[in-house]
Amino acid sequence: MSAATTPPPARAARSGGWFTFVFMAPFLLYVSAFLILPTLMLLATAFLGKHGLTLHYVRSLGQGQTVVAFRNSIELSALAAFVGLVIGGLTAYFVLLPGMPRGLRSLVTTFGAVAANFAGVPLAFAFIATLGSLGIITVWLKLIGINLYGSGFTLYSLPGLVLVYAYFQIPLMVIVITPALEALRREWREAAENLGASAWDYWRHVGLPILLPSLLSAYILLFGNAFSAYATPYALTSGIVALVPVAISNVLSGNVMVSQQTGAALALGMIGVMVVVMGIYALIARRVGRWVKR
Amino acid sequence: MVGDFTPDRRTVLKLAAAGTAAALAPATGHAVGISPALIKGAKHEGGLNTIALPPDWANYGEIISTFEKKYGIPIKNAAPDDTSAEELQSIRSMRGQSRGPDVVDVGLSFALDGAKQGLFKPYKVSTWSTIPAAMKDPAGLWYGDYFGLISFGVNMSVAKVAPQSWADLKKPDYKGMVALNGSPLGAGAAFAGVFAAALANGGSLDNIMPGIEFFADLAKRGNFDPSAATSASLVSGQTPVVINWDYLNLAQAKKSKAMTRIDTVIPADAKPYGAFYCQAISKFAPHPKAAELWQEFIYSDEGQLLYLKGFAHPARFSAMVKAGAIPAAMMAALPPAKPYGEALFATIEQTKKAQAALTENWTKMVKA
Repeated sequence: MSAATTPPPARAARSGGWFTFVFMAPFLLYVSAFLILPTLMLLATAFLGKHGLTLHYVRSLGQGQTVVAFRNSIELSALAAFVGLVIGGLTAYFVLLPGMPRGLRSLVTTFGAVAANFAGVPLAFAFIATLGSLGIITVWLKLIGINLYGSGFTLYSLPGLVLVYAYFQIPLMVIVITPALEALRREWREAAENLGASAWDYWRHVGLPILLPSLLSAYILLFGNAFSAYATPYALTSGIVALVPVAISNVLSGNVMVSQQTGAALALGMIGVMVVVMGIYALIARRVGRWVKR
Repeated sequence: MVGDFTPDRRTVLKLAAAGTAAALAPATGHAVGISPALIKGAKHEGGLNTIALPPDWANYGEIISTFEKKYGIPIKNAAPDDTSAEELQSIRSMRGQSRGPDVVDVGLSFALDGAKQGLFKPYKVSTWSTIPAAMKDPAGLWYGDYFGLISFGVNMSVAKVAPQSWADLKKPDYKGMVALNGSPLGAGAAFAGVFAAALANGGSLDNIMPGIEFFADLAKRGNFDPSAATSASLVSGQTPVVINWDYLNLAQAKKSKAMTRIDTVIPADAKPYGAFYCQAISKFAPHPKAAELWQEFIYSDEGQLLYLKGFAHPARFSAMVKAGAIPAAMMAALPPAKPYGEALFATIEQTKKAQAALTENWTKMVKA
């Protein structure tokens, strides 16, 4: 009996492998053409000088200017991702509560889908028009005696950029975390409550641990989203706040100076940062996920 | 031969002197007609590929349509908003393709770069002798087509009183109003703006630092608006004082006359800073004859006057003034001629030095 039941799964696995290959091949081709090849080209460009191999460009990553750009980029992304994680996460949670009005959920998700994709120059100008030094809200506030810019606030700074990034980070968070929140079964909460758990106990011992891998993935996604943003910070600060993508565009396609190799080295640095961030994620996810496995 | 080209003192630009030299040369160049064989050859190729020519920049929209009408050769103008670096890149990456650019219009340092990398084909237009010597490559690999000065474009409905000097920009009246058209690390006019500020604050073409210090001070006073200015932000009053090329500010003023008054000021407290763009023919041009015809057209009196109509000073300006080839009405529409004779142009060494100083200090010192 047991001998008879063993083969089918094996056959299914074999045909599964074949099917997988057929359907994966175009995707793998696509990935290698648009992800792997360019990365290799980047490596080559960053390490090849006029006279063969050189570390000159990669070493230039240690320059004061570049270090500032990387520090700003990492700080900004970490902060913007955190803001998105907390506010977006809470928003999604409250919207999904059973007592919430029917239409609210579709309203929030629809708006989220739009807002998460509203970035770049239009977003920058929307903010300049509302909160810029002559923006409409700034001017209104001045009329009632609050001088925003006089009290030290400025849109054209790291905190200003976090505020602008929050505009697309929070909706993105709502979109990506909603499925994970929906997967939290009500029975778990009821079971916990029947055993005498408070709301805090439930979240501390059940809800958050289950959500943690999803939250971590969401954080990485938000981090990468902010890390690679270019048009918004450029239109907003035109390089006053040095960020890596802006620095890359300056040396790659500017009208002032060109150095493809430096651009490639900077891009490699960005890949390096993302690899480190994802490495940390993998480490944490493995610890967290140990008990989740079946 | 191309590889041997090294920028040196030959490229030192002293436009006044150069203009005189050009005027002394026989100003008969423009009288030489374009050879019918060239026109025939260009027509036979049936098209011309240009790149990075915005229609509202130096009147390129009208220049393109006039050329198309005159010779019946359609122009494909790719990527109007591309930068000089991207123009050179497209010569390299579209080598051997029929859609590669035939001609490019790039900044001086990029013209020198392109010549060094062997991307250009030498050609001397028939008006060659009337182009100032300092504005052209002796072998004809590239030649300056038009130049401009750094100016303030001022939206008068917001600023009320136009600043007349760099020192004026520091006044509290201009709080949060002064903008560049991008980062000086990437945008050519912004870079020139810092250079121009240096000239007015004790710096020189060899020392851009006072310019950086000027903007650092401007930022500390809260007068500097770091958002990248566009023509829209100038007209709407979002960035009421924009430091930009005179021809862009003048053209914008004309275009938006019905909406708001925009004044163009060449700051008075220093010699103005100028820069010119260069034309070059791609070595891999898919339409080589049409490319030559385009250059002939651009450097003819007709083409040069079209630049001037867009408020950009054409390369042959001095020679044409001498020859009386510029209509009085057009001269009258231009700002006073005096600053244009005094303008300072940086050499390539000075530019490189300034770039290094900017890269090192700009983001560190200028904090909004």
